[in-house]
Amino acid sequence: MMDYINAFWVGGVICAIGQILIDKTKLTSARILVFYVIAGCVLGGLGIYRYVVDIGGAGATVPLLGFGYNLSKGVMKEIDESGMIGILTGGLKATAAGICAAILSAFVMALIFDPKEK
Amino acid sequence: MAKHIGKQSMKFDKNISIKATASTVGTKEGEGPLREYFDVILQDNLLGQESWEKAESKMASDNLKLAINKAGLSPRDIDYVITGDLLNQCCGSTFGVRGLKIPFFGVFGACSTMGEAMSLCAILIDGGGAKNTIAGASSHFCSAEKQFRFPMDLGTQRTPTATWTVTGDGAAVITEGNEHPYITGITTGKIVDMGITDANNMGAAMAPAAADAIYQHFQDFGRKPDHYDHIVTGDLGYVGKDLLLKLLKEKGYDISKVHIDCGIEIFDKDRQDTHSGGSGCACSAVTFAGMLYHKLRRKMINSILFVPTGALMSPTSVQQGESIAGIAHCVVIENQGVSQ
Amino acid sequence: MGKEMTKEQYGKMVKKASPNSPIIKNCVKAFIVGGIICTIGQVITNIAKFYGASVEEAGTYTSVILVVAASILTGLGLYSKLGKFAGAGSIVPITGFSNSVTSPAIEFKKEGMILGLGAKIFIVAGPVILYGVLTSVIVGIVYCILG
Repeated sequence: MMDYINAFWVGGVICAIGQILIDKTKLTSARILVFYVIAGCVLGGLGIYRYVVDIGGAGATVPLLGFGYNLSKGVMKEIDESGMIGILTGGLKATAAGICAAILSAFVMALIFDPKEK
Repeated sequence: MAKHIGKQSMKFDKNISIKATASTVGTKEGEGPLREYFDVILQDNLLGQESWEKAESKMASDNLKLAINKAGLSPRDIDYVITGDLLNQCCGSTFGVRGLKIPFFGVFGACSTMGEAMSLCAILIDGGGAKNTIAGASSHFCSAEKQFRFPMDLGTQRTPTATWTVTGDGAAVITEGNEHPYITGITTGKIVDMGITDANNMGAAMAPAAADAIYQHFQDFGRKPDHYDHIVTGDLGYVGKDLLLKLLKEKGYDISKVHIDCGIEIFDKDRQDTHSGGSGCACSAVTFAGMLYHKLRRKMINSILFVPTGALMSPTSVQQGESIAGIAHCVVIENQGVSQ
Repeated sequence: MGKEMTKEQYGKMVKKASPNSPIIKNCVKAFIVGGIICTIGQVITNIAKFYGASVEEAGTYTSVILVVAASILTGLGLYSKLGKFAGAGSIVPITGFSNSVTSPAIEFKKEGMILGLGAKIFIVAGPVILYGVLTSVIVGIVYCILG
């Protein structure tokens, strides 16, 4: 049960920080996403984000920070396993499923649906 | 012939009559406070078309025809149609006017387009170059969002200063004749840019231009705010209205008693969640063609200074960090003609 | 008539006249919705682990399921409604990434399958992938140098 509570508050805090950034800096959502993915990647590379994941579980991996974290984690893992080439292959390999799922489902949805008015 | 007066104004000699108007609006506008004044309230904002852009053109086309009909004329009687919209290269108007077979001037003044079109129609008639003209402007919430902001289905929040683009088309048949109300003068605004870069705060970008044009109007015509029943700005919204009143007060004019803003009138802010108010070419166009014309025609009001306001920019200019330039055009509309 | 106002003076005046976003209310909503989305992620992760998935596999299943779910909600026109309420709460999770891929795909298909849907599908998410991958490459280079 504790892991659900931790996922909730860690994820919630990460989103609330994003909200402060949006409201205070007038950043658009695209910029927020970019900011978070870079931040996650850097924090992952520095070995810090690992601790956030230990506490928050999905609360740390589901936000885009987790996406960035996976990119850097994948690169480092791949370098350990296959050397320098891992710099190029590791990142996208680790995040391939998410990106591919996003592209595929977006394409299918675009075939089915028309844009909806707000 | 028109007389150039003061610095930026013209006074007309002929009776330039607004013979009829037509207004078509989307469903949200049709639920707003001005609903009783509109001719057509759309049930389907796509009008059975394939895309928002095609829907906007269809709306423009239908509404122009309706205005011509209401004036008791046929497209063959119209010498010029002058319209504009917000889409790239004025495509909303182009494909709306395409089937009408009327000589066409496409104009772009962002949301001030209706004022620009009415001014040009009045000049054409006063100069003897035309007898019957039609001025119009359109905008569509969805095509504007798509072009200027984000896809419709992207989950984003709107800021409190953001305005809501009005879906609609407003058109006015302007002819030489003796039916009130009349366009008796204009003050053409100049571009005023006070360095606002927040595309979600258009009211702030346009308020200085409106203040400048209205101030110049008072100077050129030697008039005071109480000369008019209403001074009607286009789409400043709540934020812009506040700024306009302050700016004009600093220049010595208090218009707070007569000022109304179409962007504030057209939506119920609390019920319809439209933040700072309505905007878009159609905002001033349908408010004029609907409520204001209705009241003028029935002499519930007898003179207005109609001041559509525009934020001149493109998605490219905003992305390149260019500030948003404002413009506003004053059109004097009165029930008392000039040569009776 | 007073002196002409400078852009700086006007900027101050605009700031005073413009209402701020209700930041505390927005943060609470973002916290709750973001928290719920992550909790759902945790549920999926735990179920996957229950059925024998490794930690990494479970994470992958979680991402995929959330991405597909958000994409469907986008198609149904529901995700934009959620976004209006939740703000960053539904932008920051991976579901927001999915929404940012699906929404332009749907919006721009009218401009054709290649130059519309195909070219514009990444107008929002493209920078995320670009700068994410770039950063990961830099992280990799540094990691190699440091050994």
